[in-house]
Amino acid sequence: MTAAAVSIRNVTKTFGKGGTTALKNIELEFQPGEFISLIGPSGCGKSTLLRVIGDLIEPTEGEAVIGGKTAHQARLDRDYGMVFQEATLMDWRTVEKNVSLPLEMMGWDRGARRDRVRELLELVELTGFEGHHPWQLSGGMQQRVAIARALTFNPSLILMDEPFGALDEMTRDRLNLELLRIWEATKATVVFVTHSIAEAVFLSSRVVVMSARPGRVQKIVDVDLAYPRTNDTREETRFFELATEVRELLRESHEAREGA
Amino acid sequence: MTRARRFVAEWAPAVLILVLGLVGWELAVKTFGIQKFLLPKPSEIATAFWDERSILWPAGWYTFTEAFWGFVVGVFFGIAAALVLARFRPLGSALMPYFVAASAIPIIAFAPIGNAWFGIEKGSKIFIAALLCFFPVLVNTLRGLTSVRPQQVELMRSYAAGNAAVFRRVRIPTSLPYVFTALKVASVLAMIGAIVGEYFGGSQQQLGIQIKNSAALFQFETAWAAILVACILGIAFYLAVALAEIATMRRYPSAERARR
Amino acid sequence: MAVNLLKRVGIFVAVLVGLCAFYMGYRQLYLSTGWTRPFKVDEYAMPRLQDIVSRLWEPAATDQPVLVQVLVQKALFTAREAAAGFVIGAIVGIAIGIVFHFSNLMRRGFQPYVVGSQTVPILAIAPMVVIWLGGQGLPVWMPVAVISAFLTFFPVAINTLRGLDSADPRKLELMRSYAASEWSTLWRVKFPCALPYLFSAFKVAATASVVGAIIGELPSSIQDGLGGAILNFAQYYSLDPSALWATNIIAAALGILFFVIVAIVERLVVRRAPEHVA
Repeated sequence: MTAAAVSIRNVTKTFGKGGTTALKNIELEFQPGEFISLIGPSGCGKSTLLRVIGDLIEPTEGEAVIGGKTAHQARLDRDYGMVFQEATLMDWRTVEKNVSLPLEMMGWDRGARRDRVRELLELVELTGFEGHHPWQLSGGMQQRVAIARALTFNPSLILMDEPFGALDEMTRDRLNLELLRIWEATKATVVFVTHSIAEAVFLSSRVVVMSARPGRVQKIVDVDLAYPRTNDTREETRFFELATEVRELLRESHEAREGA
Repeated sequence: MTRARRFVAEWAPAVLILVLGLVGWELAVKTFGIQKFLLPKPSEIATAFWDERSILWPAGWYTFTEAFWGFVVGVFFGIAAALVLARFRPLGSALMPYFVAASAIPIIAFAPIGNAWFGIEKGSKIFIAALLCFFPVLVNTLRGLTSVRPQQVELMRSYAAGNAAVFRRVRIPTSLPYVFTALKVASVLAMIGAIVGEYFGGSQQQLGIQIKNSAALFQFETAWAAILVACILGIAFYLAVALAEIATMRRYPSAERARR
Repeated sequence: MAVNLLKRVGIFVAVLVGLCAFYMGYRQLYLSTGWTRPFKVDEYAMPRLQDIVSRLWEPAATDQPVLVQVLVQKALFTAREAAAGFVIGAIVGIAIGIVFHFSNLMRRGFQPYVVGSQTVPILAIAPMVVIWLGGQGLPVWMPVAVISAFLTFFPVAINTLRGLDSADPRKLELMRSYAASEWSTLWRVKFPCALPYLFSAFKVAATASVVGAIIGELPSSIQDGLGGAILNFAQYYSLDPSALWATNIIAAALGILFFVIVAIVERLVVRRAPEHVA
């Protein structure tokens, strides 16, 4: 049996001495090649959990294991790519130089970098925009550049923190399809944080619904819709059923929080 | 940590450096036998500071009044000009680069002309100090008045607010942080302008003359003591403006937040 | 594009004409009415514009080349001191900014003195700096450059610190996800983020270095620079007012030139999105 892509073992995270508990006793396992969404009310710790996986935040208790390595080692070995909500592109670099940033840091020579960047831009369908600056691109295009950048080392794990949150609905739907296409091409494991129920159900093979603070795993919903998914998938009955199931779980957790 | 302890922790390193610096200075002069005329000991400067106080302190006050009135005149005209230019926007934006360039002129070169116009008494120093303050105040105030976010103006218009109301309720609070930055800069410039202007001539009662004459007579402890007086006055002036800023900002909490 | 350029040139000419008109108008008004507030206007207080301009083409003094030539030479001399001071001050300022950015302890310990140093009247220190360094057998323009550097380092240090601190935390997180070294992050992210702040400081520093150079020359009795010329013509003002005015114009031009050079470099180096404000 292959090692789990991501193994989260009894992770708890408290900020400050006796401060807020963002995550409590999280136990999760993701298999290689899965597309996992993390969804939950604001403050439920989903972004925190993502950063624990990426070794950007240290858990107070427990640990995250990435493909058999500690999260720390995985970060040092650059085993994952990360995409944030704001594209975090460097304004002063062109699209090409933005995507080649991680390659520069690894000491690749110019020719190799240019070839790899060209490949990646082709993958996200931005060929021809190498010389543009970020502010010359639309929000959707900027995010595609960020995705290209995250894929430079062919990572087996991609972490995404509400990457399409700032975009309009139509662009979002289009980028959802693109993301699925890229996912199938690269066969990576994706952990995707989102606020949008429709997005979570559309993209994922499993949806992890988290409860309000302190964040716990409320339930994991198996999304049994067939891949490859298209815009028509959004209109299937089964899609609607799954979205409703997620919605009701979220409502429960909302009410539980309000009641308390 | 209590507030008192935090205050001490914040300032302790600076105080420590001051003490170490003074002690080191005293010892260095003694051990290396540095000639008195190059660098007197802090203890000698302190003695001169006290002994010559009947000359130095009134001289300091005299110079300070020059700086103060120069500050008042320069700030007055600077703000007035900025208000006019903010009203006639196209004029303001066309001329802005020229004002910025004008602050690049070495104003101090005009000191002799100031002497020709106003004689060597207070007037010419006030003139120089005012000139030095004028441009930074103008540029910064204008920038503050024109840096309002479009949405705020639109909101006021939706309340059928006229230009005057928009001005009072939006532009002035928004520009306050900029104005105070300019005032702090101007306070330091005014003091320096007054002292440096005095080099070009003036009565004995002025601090700049004291410094120049003591140095010429090789009475360097007195010269340094006079410099100490100048520093104290300069810092006091700056702090006065800073305190005024805190007091005013309390009335406009939103402006404070906007600055952050 | 061409229309824009034409507009800009037009504004420039308009400003120049406006200034001359203002000067001559003020002068004429005061001469005819004889008002004495804020100051009395006569041939000495405000020479005619034509006299000032024509003075440039007369000999600087007997048996000397034309004034404008002499002044330009002196301006170059001063410019060298100012440039040296600017470079030294910029390097020191950036170094201080970086140290303060990385060490909170150093910042708390030394920042008050860095700020306080600016309240020390430069001119007062100048004679002592000159004797110190002059005694070491250094060229005579060195102490002046040091004074220039003294005026330059402060805005550069403050803005370097502010610029480095201003880096977007998300970008820093991105670099951590690449397991980037502190140095790599400084070079690739923090420093580019700090560039706009740096250039803002450089523009202030450009002016300050010229002022520092001119002032520095005064106590050193250096004849070769603009400071010496100002002092010289100030002494003979009652005999030859136009010369001092002409010198001031050249000094102003030097200051503006330094500023414009920095602005041009900024345009080339700093590529950012245009900002939108009301």
